[in-house]
Amino acid sequence: MSPLAIAKVAGRALVRNKMRSALTALGIVIGVGAVIAMVAIGEGARRRVEATFEAMGTNLLIVLPGSSTSGGMMGGTGSQATLTWADLAAIRKECKAVAAAAPLLRASRVVQSEDRNWTTGIVGTSPEYTTIRNWRIARGRSFDTSDVEASAKVVVVGETVVDHLWSPGYDPVGQTVRIQAIPFQVIGVLERKGQSPVGQDYDDTVLTPYTTFQTKITAGLGGYVNGAIFVSAVAADQTERAQDEMTSLLRDRHRLLPGADDDFSVRNLSEIAAAQQQGTQILTALLAAIAAVSLLVGGIGIMNIMLVSVTERTREIGVRMAVGARSWDVLAQFLAEALALSLAGGVLGIALGFAFAYALAAHFHWPFVVHAGVLLVSVGFSAIVGIVFGFFPARKAARLDPIEALRFE
Amino acid sequence: MTALIELEHVSKIYAAGDAEVRALDDVSLTIPAGQFVAVMGASGSGKSTLMNVIGCLDRPTRGRCRLAGREIGNLAPNELAKIRNELLGFVFQSFNLLPRTSARENVELPLLYSGVPARERAARAIAALGRVGLADRADHTPGQLSGGQQQRVAIARALVNDPKLILADEPTGQLDSRASMDLIHLLQDLVRTGITIVLVTHEADIGACAERVVTMRDGKIVADVVQTPVTAKAAA
Repeated sequence: MSPLAIAKVAGRALVRNKMRSALTALGIVIGVGAVIAMVAIGEGARRRVEATFEAMGTNLLIVLPGSSTSGGMMGGTGSQATLTWADLAAIRKECKAVAAAAPLLRASRVVQSEDRNWTTGIVGTSPEYTTIRNWRIARGRSFDTSDVEASAKVVVVGETVVDHLWSPGYDPVGQTVRIQAIPFQVIGVLERKGQSPVGQDYDDTVLTPYTTFQTKITAGLGGYVNGAIFVSAVAADQTERAQDEMTSLLRDRHRLLPGADDDFSVRNLSEIAAAQQQGTQILTALLAAIAAVSLLVGGIGIMNIMLVSVTERTREIGVRMAVGARSWDVLAQFLAEALALSLAGGVLGIALGFAFAYALAAHFHWPFVVHAGVLLVSVGFSAIVGIVFGFFPARKAARLDPIEALRFE
Repeated sequence: MTALIELEHVSKIYAAGDAEVRALDDVSLTIPAGQFVAVMGASGSGKSTLMNVIGCLDRPTRGRCRLAGREIGNLAPNELAKIRNELLGFVFQSFNLLPRTSARENVELPLLYSGVPARERAARAIAALGRVGLADRADHTPGQLSGGQQQRVAIARALVNDPKLILADEPTGQLDSRASMDLIHLLQDLVRTGITIVLVTHEADIGACAERVVTMRDGKIVADVVQTPVTAKAAA
């Protein structure tokens, strides 16, 4: 028999028992649908976590000054200025795993436009900052080295600040704002970034050169970085190296004896991101494993129905053998029936799974991710389920003795 | 006439616990091509086993068995399937048509396994249905046909591959006497076209319509009579 003839015979047999075929395939529909939905949901969640950490910055590390101790009371991290501008320069120069480093000085100040005012975080930093934090300029430009050298009175504002000082969507480039009565020129607007993992609004900020910050916003310890240093590593797998390099460099520069505590701390945010990433991956694997169990149950359903079908059609098998069907023809026919059931179930399951995943993604505002690989794997998997669980009943049919089969009541 | 079936000292022995059952006990039988033979006997006499051996469904324990000059005693199952497909046609007591499947598709079944293309299958099935007078019922399913019509569809299925031999196992067992006579009339017509028929029955009036009656008891042939067949009257 040609494969086409086998397929036709199998198809006809399935159509003869529409309800039973549909219910048997339903087991696979649910199994494959569940696997697809779980993988898609897991992938969506993973992308969301990824996006959150990408918004935070690429391969980000933060160097914080150490804590101060006064009268036995330990101040918190960063309570004492221990990082110098020379330290920053050294990190830039000597740490090979560091791509860029920028200072971050922060103060809360009232910013005034012509007719409104808004209290926001003023950040004094260097031009590298936007690169380190993956932050694009939506309109205008960022400040550059010459602005830093000149302590230029320029600011780049976040969208939340634009919303409050002017109106949403307004282009304030070229406008003047006042901070502590000093006029600053708005030279750019930062692209909207949304919320940080802890719910802080990234866009509620104003960036200005750190030199300007130190002279016009705060008057602090000129030689120290009175805030943090943001660092990006050259690659995702280099963050640990960057951390080690900076730690040993700073210990060296601060002349800390072996065994003494660091007077600074280096936080590796990529590590936190990786941990979160791994968490979602484990969750996805767990969900998919549970879904796979339902696929297995669907496969057993196919085997069950095929066994019933073989018994019920014993005489048909006898007749087919009497008129010239070989064992192989019978085997092929029943395997084809099981395969057709599982493949039809698989295709419907893919549709169902994606519909479900799409609905969930839309509801939770997750990215909806479709992998061609998942499709191929599901179709392949349901085919394997059909062949594996169809084989035993098909072999039973093929091994029937035609005389016994014809006599079967 | 050349011999179509040649059985020489054929035995079929089944083990039943400690004892052995000789379903066929040293049977020798030669049937020439074109003969209409009735095999008669009580149940358990071995007539069904004889049919199964001739029909290549069962292999004899001992003895030689030739069909159309070919030794079939030692063939592998797949080769037996090929012989069944090409040389033989089966007609059963309970019709054994596929349910919810049209008469035409039922008749096509043997052609499916000899690899005939779909278009030719359909044409030959319609032609075979024509030979049994059911060309106009090609699209009916068994449920829509009477018992006699169903058995004629089964005969069309047996005919579709142009077999040399038709084996009919109690073909009238489930038919009323009128339908039975119609069917025997049809078989007698087929014999006239050169087909050999071996028919198992326990009804004497059916046996009377054959050219030769072989009677069996306890696995042995106890009578083998050539007679002038009664012509079955076609009711239609």
